[in-house]
Amino acid sequence: MSALDAHLAVSRGGFTLDLVLTAAPGEVVALLGPNGAGKTTALRALAGLAPLNDGHLRLDGEVLEDPAARVRVPTEQRPVGVVFQDYLLFPHLSALDNVAFGLRTHGRRKAEARAEARQWLERVGLADHTGSRPGALSGGQAQRVALARALAPQPRLLLLDEPLAALDARTRLEVRTTLRRHLAAFEAVAVLVTHDPLDAMVLADRLVVLEHGRAVQEGAPAEIARHPRSDYIARLVGLNLFRGTADGHLVELDASREVVADGTVLAADDAHHGPVFVAFPPAAVTVHGSRPDTSARNQWPVTVVGMELHGDQVRLDLAGPLRLTADLTPAAVAELAIGEGSEVWAAVKAAQTRAYPA
Amino acid sequence: MTSESRTSDSETLERSAPVRVARRPRGGAPLALLLPAVIGLTFLVLPLIGLLVRAPWSSMPQLIGGDAVWPALRLSLICATSATALSLAFGVPLAWLLARTTFPGQRLARTLVTLPLVMPPVVGGVALLLVFGRNGLVGQWIYQQFGYSLPFTTAGVVVAETFVAMPFLVLSVEGALRGADARYEEAALTLGASRFTVFRRVTLPLIAPGVGAGAVLAWARALGEFGATITFAGNFPGTTQTMPLAVYLALQDNPDAAIAVSLVLLLVSLAVLFALRGRWTTGTH
Repeated sequence: MSALDAHLAVSRGGFTLDLVLTAAPGEVVALLGPNGAGKTTALRALAGLAPLNDGHLRLDGEVLEDPAARVRVPTEQRPVGVVFQDYLLFPHLSALDNVAFGLRTHGRRKAEARAEARQWLERVGLADHTGSRPGALSGGQAQRVALARALAPQPRLLLLDEPLAALDARTRLEVRTTLRRHLAAFEAVAVLVTHDPLDAMVLADRLVVLEHGRAVQEGAPAEIARHPRSDYIARLVGLNLFRGTADGHLVELDASREVVADGTVLAADDAHHGPVFVAFPPAAVTVHGSRPDTSARNQWPVTVVGMELHGDQVRLDLAGPLRLTADLTPAAVAELAIGEGSEVWAAVKAAQTRAYPA
Repeated sequence: MTSESRTSDSETLERSAPVRVARRPRGGAPLALLLPAVIGLTFLVLPLIGLLVRAPWSSMPQLIGGDAVWPALRLSLICATSATALSLAFGVPLAWLLARTTFPGQRLARTLVTLPLVMPPVVGGVALLLVFGRNGLVGQWIYQQFGYSLPFTTAGVVVAETFVAMPFLVLSVEGALRGADARYEEAALTLGASRFTVFRRVTLPLIAPGVGAGAVLAWARALGEFGATITFAGNFPGTTQTMPLAVYLALQDNPDAAIAVSLVLLLVSLAVLFALRGRWTTGTH
């Protein structure tokens, strides 16, 4: 049985969010998507800060919102905890009183609330900072206070909006580990919003990819990384992705302006029939100065339109009958004397491509 | 940079933008600007100097403690403080309503709230008489029910002062509310706080400086109130004769007392400026 059962339909000023979201108890779901995809709107709708126009929201069988039946539980009565992107710790309260705030509103006496808040701060490793004002905390510490504050009233739905976005790279690594531990221990549903695929993959059990207000793909992180179904995800996980129609091992790619020319055919390792995605990593692409003398079917004359250093490899942006990226060693780039505008040949071994039904 | 005051601030330092220094054109001010500026400044400062020069310093304690000044000063302080309390009690919720909600006629309401700021206080006094006078719209009913008439009483002074002072508080608090990040209030809601708890424990502390500034402004305005007070409450020593009224009256038969009282009021104004320092006096926020 799913603990969270939501169909979030929100339209606001030309933007429409239409998202079905369910989660089992203890599950951590990440909403992953580019800026403006509607992730934050979805989170606000779950918290009751943005009203639903349609759909429904049920948590552990209890209806929190159902516009058709004119049911709407206000934010302050929802068993929901939120970690906001910039934490929004109350600047006039100490870390301890920030955490105690939600306990007080849930009827605890002051001394009791403070004692419990102290335990929460100890749990997130901030026992020494109970008296600090938010302004005196570092970003990583503020993030942990915000987490403790959201968890303290024991919500049945925890929402995290870009929980790591405001941190620098070093703090991020450390906080991500802490956060993962707390999320794993959290028994209710957690929904986190992020545009960072690494955060999503490390923290979440399941990803929901959101684009233009709609879910375009959903599944386990590894599955999504292996079989992306949108350009956005393919770019994030660094794969070349094409859509086409398969007839056995041959896939006729869907033509699309400036990306795939009409009639481009790609040989794939897997045999399918009908609409498919074909994906291959940039490392599977080889680049040659002249037409390769092999039987490989997947070879095209291309122009180098972009080059940048990517780790210890040079990533080439290649345009031809199809647009693709290739990773080469700097040595290979020097040997081939490639620069922007160079005319070269690109080849992909069929064995290194994956085709899967669209 | 405030690196010492932070516990661990590597990330805040990295993100902080370089400090921009305001550039001013080099060289002196042209005479066409300098001359009127100096005249203007002199004009504003000279009366204060006159007051200080002509003050009867030796007899000050007797004058201020005497029968002519002390009752008026005491009444002024009581009435201005009461008017400020009333302004806070009604003005803060009114400011909240204007800043945090939307309702039909809100723009009109905002305009009406600020009307006493630009209206001649005497007109306010007349209007108050028409409403709270013994034959007034509300006053008639009050008189019939309770046998009480507001005009020409100490309570009438408080009402007149509240009428002219409250807009200062409302505007100041509304500005503070608009400047405060409403997302803190959302965060409080997600923590289960009722709307009133949010106001009490989050909104109010966040806008406290604005409320304080508004209260000081309102108090100063109430303390100096003349027109509405004399029109609505009259000029009875001990019950409705406040300091500004006493100054005006004393000028005719006891100029020294008038100067002494004026100095006291000036001192109060300076104290207000001091209390508000940095908010309006520096030209920035």
